Amino acid sequence: MLLTVLLGACMLSLFVGAVFVPVGEMFQSGVIQLRLARILLAVVAGAGLSVAGVVFQALLRNPLAEPYVLGVSSGAGLGAAIAIIIGAGIMGIWTLPTMAFAGAVITIFVVYSLARSAGGAVPVHTLLLSGVIVSAVLGSILMFIVSICPSENLHNVVWWLLGNLQIFDWQLLRVVSAVVAACVVVTVLFARDLNVMTLGEEPAAHLGLNVELTKKMFFLVASLMTGATVAACGLIGFVGLIVPHSVRLIVGPDHRRLVPASAMAGAIFLVLADGFARTVIAPMEIPIGVITAFLGGPFFLFLLRRRKRSYWS
Amino acid sequence: MLSIENISAGYDAKVVLQDVTMKANAGDFVGLIGPNGSGKTTLLRVISNILPPKKGHVLLDGTKLQKISRRNLAKSMACLSQNLSLDLPFTVREVTLMGRTAHLSRIGTETHRDLEIAEEAMVLADVSHLADRLITEISGGERQRVFIAMCLAQEPAVLLLDEPTSHLDIAHQLSALDLIRKLNRKNSMTVIAVFHDLNLAGEYCDKILVLDDGVVESFGSPENVLTSDMILKVYGVKVPVERNPVSNKPHIILTADMNHSGNIKREACDPD
Repeated sequence: MLLTVLLGACMLSLFVGAVFVPVGEMFQSGVIQLRLARILLAVVAGAGLSVAGVVFQALLRNPLAEPYVLGVSSGAGLGAAIAIIIGAGIMGIWTLPTMAFAGAVITIFVVYSLARSAGGAVPVHTLLLSGVIVSAVLGSILMFIVSICPSENLHNVVWWLLGNLQIFDWQLLRVVSAVVAACVVVTVLFARDLNVMTLGEEPAAHLGLNVELTKKMFFLVASLMTGATVAACGLIGFVGLIVPHSVRLIVGPDHRRLVPASAMAGAIFLVLADGFARTVIAPMEIPIGVITAFLGGPFFLFLLRRRKRSYWS
Repeated sequence: MLSIENISAGYDAKVVLQDVTMKANAGDFVGLIGPNGSGKTTLLRVISNILPPKKGHVLLDGTKLQKISRRNLAKSMACLSQNLSLDLPFTVREVTLMGRTAHLSRIGTETHRDLEIAEEAMVLADVSHLADRLITEISGGERQRVFIAMCLAQEPAVLLLDEPTSHLDIAHQLSALDLIRKLNRKNSMTVIAVFHDLNLAGEYCDKILVLDDGVVESFGSPENVLTSDMILKVYGVKVPVERNPVSNKPHIILTADMNHSGNIKREACDPD
């Protein structure tokens, strides 16, 4: 069902844009290639960010956990910005995603260590606070880098920071797609462990789960997805919050259904949001991060209010 | 058989347990009692291999715990943690099936047999009529029984319980403990449970281990352990201990304005 919707959304998105291009012309002009690549990136980023959100929510037993809220996206953004400034370096095409991934991993490690209390629990509010603070610090470093950035690059960097799906590197698109696809597959395969983790770490260990290993693996996978997505399309916030919660309402909390459904729904969401971003004030384009934050901020507040009744959905 | 030999354990520099030794035979119902912060929960965490001891070891049927993998341990030992909670709307059946985790292959799904075992566990814990209800929508007493069903689905030889009846009203306290003792007697499942209520401990346990500030104060049958002198020494309150007229077990009489000795144990900082 979701797959049909996704295909429909892709078709729709394929035909909308700043200028209307008839089908025949599309093939001749190469517009189709550009648009298809852009749709692929939306699918990859939507799926990656949504599944990363699901994973963080399960591991931290926190319904408000999400790459952007936790500061993981900012960390990845900072890593990526440094990579852009210093240039490709020795790792070539891998520099950008690797730096973004490193930034993401370091950030989640710092935020998690700050929020974790002596007993091992991660209280909701401490986690959000440390995410906000770490995010603010990273943001300031990022702004510093932007401010010393040569002016000819400035527009690109800022535009990228706002989150957008323009393809600036085909090679990068391939790398990022492969990384996200692999991570989603791993998460689906081990989805049952995420169910058990929602009981808490000690109870999960009592049930026979190797908690430390599971935690490390999933933090790594979620950081990889976040890092890869940020490297390709900058900071797109709140997707990992909006999508998993909406999907949870429909398919329930079992991660064996939740993970694949969130991947699909996230892809649909970003493809549609991008179609909207490209058309609504055409020929201008709204950065997609602006749209997701505009929808996601109120959604976050709504969840925060609801939390008084129940932590989840 | 579960054998705890000369265990010393703690958190960082803080020593919580000192030289604790205890044996439980298959089918024993052992109660752990002691004041707040005396190390009861810590002892359970050592027995379940969550907290590695600084000295001594725990043997399960003659094998050191450190040599048993988490997965294999979970096949023979289940533990119901204190204040276990689940805020996600899983169904009762889904929660019970989580008990099968250690029995499944790493990325496998539940087989027909796993489903059967879970159904059986739900029948035993008297929650099968709730199987399709959401864990978030049932009462506290029912939820506790669901978590017991989850433990039973592990098919454990040893069941550890950390204050299984706290937050339950007396009807639910008795039904939960009756259920646990029924399984203990019928399947000769070893039970080790932390109790706060000394009278309930006396009613249900074959043996009672008294911890006082991390040290074993006494270990034996309820009749030998639950005495006026022990309670005065460990808890700092002077209470008469009579016989329960129905069960003939020791019965602690609590009255207002009790003549406590003035040295009530200061509540130690409980690390959990």
